[in-house]
Amino acid sequence: MSNLKHAFNMTLFLFAIWLLLSGHYTLLLLIFGLLSTLLIVLLAHRAELIDREIHPVLLKPSLLPYWLWLAREMIKSNIDVSLRILNPRMPISPKIFTVRAGQKTDLGRVTYGNSITLVPGTVTVDVDDDIFTVHALTQEAAADLESGEMNRRVCNVENVF
Amino acid sequence: METVIYILSWIFLLGGAIFLLVGAIGILRFPDFYTRLHAVSVCDTMGAGLVLAGLMLQGGFSLVTVKLLLIFYFMIFTGPTAVHALAQAALQGKLKPVVDEHEQQ
Repeated sequence: MSNLKHAFNMTLFLFAIWLLLSGHYTLLLLIFGLLSTLLIVLLAHRAELIDREIHPVLLKPSLLPYWLWLAREMIKSNIDVSLRILNPRMPISPKIFTVRAGQKTDLGRVTYGNSITLVPGTVTVDVDDDIFTVHALTQEAAADLESGEMNRRVCNVENVF
Repeated sequence: METVIYILSWIFLLGGAIFLLVGAIGILRFPDFYTRLHAVSVCDTMGAGLVLAGLMLQGGFSLVTVKLLLIFYFMIFTGPTAVHALAQAALQGKLKPVVDEHEQQ
């Protein structure tokens, strides 16, 4: 029965997005919008895509501290990488290494892998269960990731999903 | 107040443009495929992010700003996924990354 709840949530969320994107609020168009939303939910149901993962993670306020921390890391490493690009000597020291992901769920691992890639200076190249192969632009970026702070923070927000 | 927001939005737009330019220079300067991906991520996150933030300030409280926020949200998710797909394809195609020898011991 919880599937019905997920389907209802998905309908609400999709219709909210439709309202925000369309900007048309006449009755006829609202009905068309609702019908197309229901059609999409029906298709998703037939493709067996409706499960707990469709829940809009964006709206969870407990994720906010993680977003803010990630934004700060992104700005820091963006400036670092930019300065290295512009430096005439180009002080880079590329490295390939592996890190262990401490997350239990698929969604947690996706979040960790994507966060690694999102921060310039490190890219997740390969994922094999909980072993991530990572390419880093500099030894410092690699050491930063190996300190495991990001891993710990993703583990903390993982149970929110 | 209006002028302050206007000037702030131009600071964001110009900052974004500078990061996009730096990212492009990085793509040209870096030695191999994998290191170039890092330059792409500069364009993806800071460049596009600052440009979108500047445009949001120009849009004010309106549906346009909501749409820009959605674009930013989707980019945050699709950008790293695309970069990861590229990197993994290169690795499976047996493209060897350039690594810094003397720091590897």
